[in-house]
Amino acid sequence: MTTTESGPSPAVSAVEGERIVAPQPDQPRKRRFSRRAGGLTPYYLLIPASVMLLALTGWPVLQLLIMSMQEFGRAQVFGAPPSWVWFQNYASVMTDPTFYEVLIRSVVFAAVCVIVTMVVGTLISLLLQRLPKGFRLLLTVGLLLAWAMPPLSATVVWGWMFDSSYGVINHVLVNAFGLEQFNQHPWLIDPLSFFFVAGLIIVWGAIPFVAFTIYAGLTQVPEEALEAAQLDGAGAFSRFRLITFPYLKPIFLITTILQIIWDLKVFTQIFALQDIGGIRALTNTLGVYIYQVSIAGGDFGTGGAIAVITALILMTVSLYYVRQVIKEEGL
Amino acid sequence: MSATTAIVTRGATGRAATSRRGSRKRISTALWSVLSIALFAFFTFPVYWMVNTSLQPNNEIRGSDIHFWPDNFTLRNYATVLFDPGRTPFAPAAVNSLIVTLTTVAVALIFAFLAAIAVTRFRFKSRRAFIITILVIQMIPGEAMMISIFRVIDGWHLLNTLIGLTIVYVATVLPFTIWTLRGFVNGVPVELEEAAMIDGCSRSGAFWRVTFPLLAPGLIATGVFAFIQAWNEFVIALVLNARPEMMTLPVWLRTFLVANGTTNWAAIMAGSTLMAIPVIVFFLIVQGRMTSGLVSGAVKG
Repeated sequence: MTTTESGPSPAVSAVEGERIVAPQPDQPRKRRFSRRAGGLTPYYLLIPASVMLLALTGWPVLQLLIMSMQEFGRAQVFGAPPSWVWFQNYASVMTDPTFYEVLIRSVVFAAVCVIVTMVVGTLISLLLQRLPKGFRLLLTVGLLLAWAMPPLSATVVWGWMFDSSYGVINHVLVNAFGLEQFNQHPWLIDPLSFFFVAGLIIVWGAIPFVAFTIYAGLTQVPEEALEAAQLDGAGAFSRFRLITFPYLKPIFLITTILQIIWDLKVFTQIFALQDIGGIRALTNTLGVYIYQVSIAGGDFGTGGAIAVITALILMTVSLYYVRQVIKEEGL
Repeated sequence: MSATTAIVTRGATGRAATSRRGSRKRISTALWSVLSIALFAFFTFPVYWMVNTSLQPNNEIRGSDIHFWPDNFTLRNYATVLFDPGRTPFAPAAVNSLIVTLTTVAVALIFAFLAAIAVTRFRFKSRRAFIITILVIQMIPGEAMMISIFRVIDGWHLLNTLIGLTIVYVATVLPFTIWTLRGFVNGVPVELEEAAMIDGCSRSGAFWRVTFPLLAPGLIATGVFAFIQAWNEFVIALVLNARPEMMTLPVWLRTFLVANGTTNWAAIMAGSTLMAIPVIVFFLIVQGRMTSGLVSGAVKG
C-alpha cells in the first residue's frame, strides 16, 4: 500500500473541517469525490500564475482606477506629482458629446457585426453538415485560411483590395459590372462605407470561429431526435428551431457573448484601416478612442476614465456569460 | 391475397417516395456544393490576393491593368522586404517576434499547466474564486489596461525591451491558457490515476505516467492558441516597443502604412505573407484539435 494522502484514512485537509474522502451532498458530480485537498500543494501550484496576474493585471487595474481620478497628463508621466480631481474626469467624459458619439457608434457597429457573424456562421455550420466529404474539406480549408490570417495582415489586404485607384473591388465593379460610379471610388473617406469595409474584415475573420464551434456542437445533437421529428413531418427549419437550437443553446449564448465582447473592444482593424485612409475623428470606436485620448493625446486621466467606463460596460455584458459558465460547470 | 397486394403496393409507393426524396436530395446536395465553392472563394480570395500582389512588380500593380495572377512573376518584393537597407529591416523584427512569442508560449504553458492541475485535481479554499477571477479577467479590454500597463513597465525600466513585452504577453494569454488547459485536464478521468495508484504508483508518479501523456494534445493546442495571440498582438507592442530595433512584426508592418502616397503595396503584401505563413501553417496542423478543444474547454456545451 502507498502512504500517500489518497488512502481511505480520515485525513483532514487544509480546509478546516473538510474531510478528504467525505462526499459532498451539494456537489452533483461524481468526479468531485475523487478530488483531494492535498494540503498546501494547490497553493504552490498557483503561485507562478497568481504572481504574474497580480503584477500585470491586478496592479494595473488598481493604477487605472487611481489614475482615472487624477489630473494625469504628459508632465505626470515624466515625474510631476499628479493631483487628485476625484470624479471630475468621469464628469467631463459623461458630459462630452464626442464620447456618446463614439459609444453609440461602437455599440451599433458591434451589434451589426455580431448579428451578421452569428447568422452567417450558423448557416455555414449547417451547410458543413450537409456537404459531401470533399466539398466539406474544401470549405473547411477556406474557413481555416481566413481564421488564421493575422488581423493586421487581413486589414492591410482588404484595405488594398478597396484601394480607390488600384483596388480590385473598384476595378471589378467598373469593368465587369459597368458601375461607372465606382471609378476611383474612395471607400474609406465616408464613415458609412468605412464601417462597411471594417465590418466586412471583422465578420470575414470571425465567421470561421463561430461556424467551427457550432459545427462541432451540431455533431453532438442526437440523431434520433432529429429523425423522430422528421417522421412527424417537421421541416428543416422547424427541426432546427425545435431541436437543434434548444440543444445547442449554451454554445449559441457563449459564442454570441464572446463576439459582443470582441467586437465592442475591436482595435486593430479600425486603427489600421484609419491608417490606410479613414478620417480618425469620424470613425473612432471605444478601443481606438481610448488610445487617441490617452497615448496619442497625452490625457491619461480622461483616457483612464473612458477605459474604466468601457470595462464596466463589457463586464455588465459578460456577467451573463460568467453566470452561465458557473452554472454549467457546477462551480 | 388482398393483404399481399396492399403490402406490395405500399412497398412500391414507399420506394417511389424514397427515390423522389433521393433525387431531391441529390439536387440540393449539388446546390450546397456550388454554394460551398462560392463561400470558399469569398474566404480565400483576400489570402490569394495578398500572395498574388506580393509576386508582381510594384510598378505593375500600380498600372491601369489589374493582374489576376502573377504573369510577370517576381520575387523582388520579398527581396525588398528582407534586404532593402532603406527600410526598417524585416529580420530583426521577425527575430524579436519569434523570441517574444516562443518565450511567451513556453512560460505561459508551464504556469497555466500548474494552475490547471491545481484547480482540477485539488479541492481547496478559494478555488472557486480563482476560477471566476480567471473568467472575469478575460473580459477587461486590453485597450483599457494599455495605459496602466505602460506605466508599470515604464516603472520597471522595461520599455522597449523584449523581456518587458514578454512579461506582459504571458500575463495576457494566461487566463485563456489556464481556462483551456483546465478543460483538457478535466477531460482525463481521475480514475485512471487512481488505478495507477492502486497498482503502486505514488500520486505524482501516477500523474506523470498516466495523465501527462494524455494531456500532450491539449498542451499543443493551447500552445498554438498562445502562439497565435502573441504573434498577432499589435496594440501592446505598438505602445511598449515602438523603437525600430525592438519592433515586432505587426508594428513593423504598420511602419509601411504611415508613409502614405508612396506606399509600396507589393512590399506590404510580401511582408504580410511572411507574417501570416507561420500562423497558417500552425493552424492547418492542429485545426481539428483546436476546435474540439474550444468546444470542450472554453465553450463547454
